[in-house]
This record gives sequence, C-alpha cells and structure tokens, in this order.
Amino acid sequence: MLIRINGREETVPDTTDTITALLEFLNIQARQTAVEVNGAVIEHNSFAATKLHNGDTIEIVSFVGGG
Amino acid sequence: MKPLKIADKTFTSRLFIGTGKYPSPEILAESLDVSGTEVVTVALRRVSLTEPDPTIDAIDFDKYLVVPNTSGAKNAEEALRLARLARSASGLTWLKLEVTPDPVYLLPDPFETLQAAEILVKEGFTVLPYIHADPTLAKRLEDVGCAAVMPLGSPIGSARGIKTAEFISIIIEQANVPVVVDAGLGLPSHAAQAIEMGADAVLVNTAIAIAKDPVKMSRAFKGAVECAVEALEAGPIEEQQQASASSPLTGFLD
Repeated sequence: MLIRINGREETVPDTTDTITALLEFLNIQARQTAVEVNGAVIEHNSFAATKLHNGDTIEIVSFVGGG
Repeated sequence: MKPLKIADKTFTSRLFIGTGKYPSPEILAESLDVSGTEVVTVALRRVSLTEPDPTIDAIDFDKYLVVPNTSGAKNAEEALRLARLARSASGLTWLKLEVTPDPVYLLPDPFETLQAAEILVKEGFTVLPYIHADPTLAKRLEDVGCAAVMPLGSPIGSARGIKTAEFISIIIEQANVPVVVDAGLGLPSHAAQAIEMGADAVLVNTAIAIAKDPVKMSRAFKGAVECAVEALEAGPIEEQQQASASSPLTGFLD
C-alpha cells in the first residue's frame, strides 16, 4: 500500500491497515502523538478502528522543545 | 504572594519555561528542575521517521503542566489545526496561541490571533494568547474568554528586555485575567522588572536554553523572580522627584 506520511510517499505492507498498525510498523509511540488522516484529526480511541487506504495522506505529529 | 490562578489551576511559581533550543535533554531536565517551574511550553512538529527527537522525553508530563504552542502558524486556520492536533496528542486543553506570519521579527498577528482565540475558547480550550503589548487587544481577548494574556517584552529570542513597558503596565492595570510577560527577556533583571511591574508571571526560553550554563541561568531566573515577588510583598516605596535624606538632618558639626 502506498501512502503519504509526513509529506513523503511510503510503501507499507498491506497488513498495516490501521493507524495502530502503522504506528507500530513505524515504531512510533501512540502516547503524545496526534494523527491526521486526509486532513481530519483521528482521536486516540479510534486509532485501532481507523482503516487506512491506498493513497491516504497521513500526518503524524508529536511534541518537541518549543517556547 | 497569593498563588497564581489561571483558569482552574493554581501555581506557586511565577516562572514559566519554554523548552526549545536546549543543548541536550539532560540539561533541559535539570534546568526545569532547578527553576522550580510548574508550567512548560512545547511545540508540535511532524514526527521524524528517521531521527526521533529525544528532547520531549526529558519533560515529566506528570510533574509540569505542559502547554503546547501553535508556533509555525501563520494564520488562524493553521493555528486551529495545530491546536486540535495538540489537544489530541496531549489530552489537555491548555494552549499557548501564537500566530506569527512575520519571519523576521516573529511579531504576532492580532487579527488572526483574536479570530483563532474566539473559536478555540468555544471549542473548550484554555487559551493563552501571545500578543503584542496592545491593551485594547488584550481586552478583546479577555472578552472572548482567554484565560490569560501573554504580551511580549521584545521580539522572541532577542534578549532585548521589556521595550514595551509603558503598554504592559496599562495591560496589567486593566486586565481581569493574569498577565504573563513573554518573549525577549534576556536577563534575570528583565524577569524581575516584569514581576515588579505587576505581571503575574514570565515565560523564558532562549535566555536560559542557549546560555553558556543553562542550569545556572535557570537558577538565576528563579532567584530574580522570587526576589521581585518578595519585594512586592515588602511594599516598595513611591518614586519622588527630590532627594529625601537617609541620614539625620540634625547634629551636624559647626
């Protein structure tokens, strides 16, 4: 499956078909992370149920030092 | 001094710390610890898929109230997007709203800030807007329900101190919400000046983060803020034009 993650085209296995699976695949902790799929913020309690599709645009953001 | 109350939370420390630009996560953690701060700010960025930022692991989310900012937003729409993502990531509704379209001075856009603040308050955010030291704007933001206002002393990271003192004084005089002086504080004396002027708190980042010894500078800012608080409690004397002798005016030699 070809999806766009944080501005880059990435190929992920077809089994990586939910946000939870994607975060695991990318080795990113779900804690303190926010995810947007095609412009819509997905709440944490929907990570496991949100299906990903070929061509989706995904933003994964988290906190960094800032003022 | 009475504890500082913002929205539904009370704080003992009057020093808020920004967490950007520290040389290492360890130095950040120690600087936060010695500062006695209870409120820290963070930014929201894309997760790097190759090099994760370890800075955030240095911040104890249970110990400090972590307030995400909307840095990078150039208009209200971008600020709203960042705010909603930040709430999703932190699970908290506190937000430092900053909208800075100008890349040179990073001065906040008052129109976009007010527009975003109004929407975010309605969405249940506790909004702390970063603003120019404009008393009228501060009132407008208070009127739409912001929990505090954060006027700038001088441009972000400039270390130029409180160039806006006259107008920050008016904001302090008129505000019914806490006033946090943010941006441009380069020295502990600048922070002390803000508190002595009657500001409820100060937010410091660059002056500590890129000092030669951030931990020592953090301690210095803590001391300055506490000194200023103590001075206010002690009851400062009034300024006057003429001299008033400190030594007795009697018993002089012939």
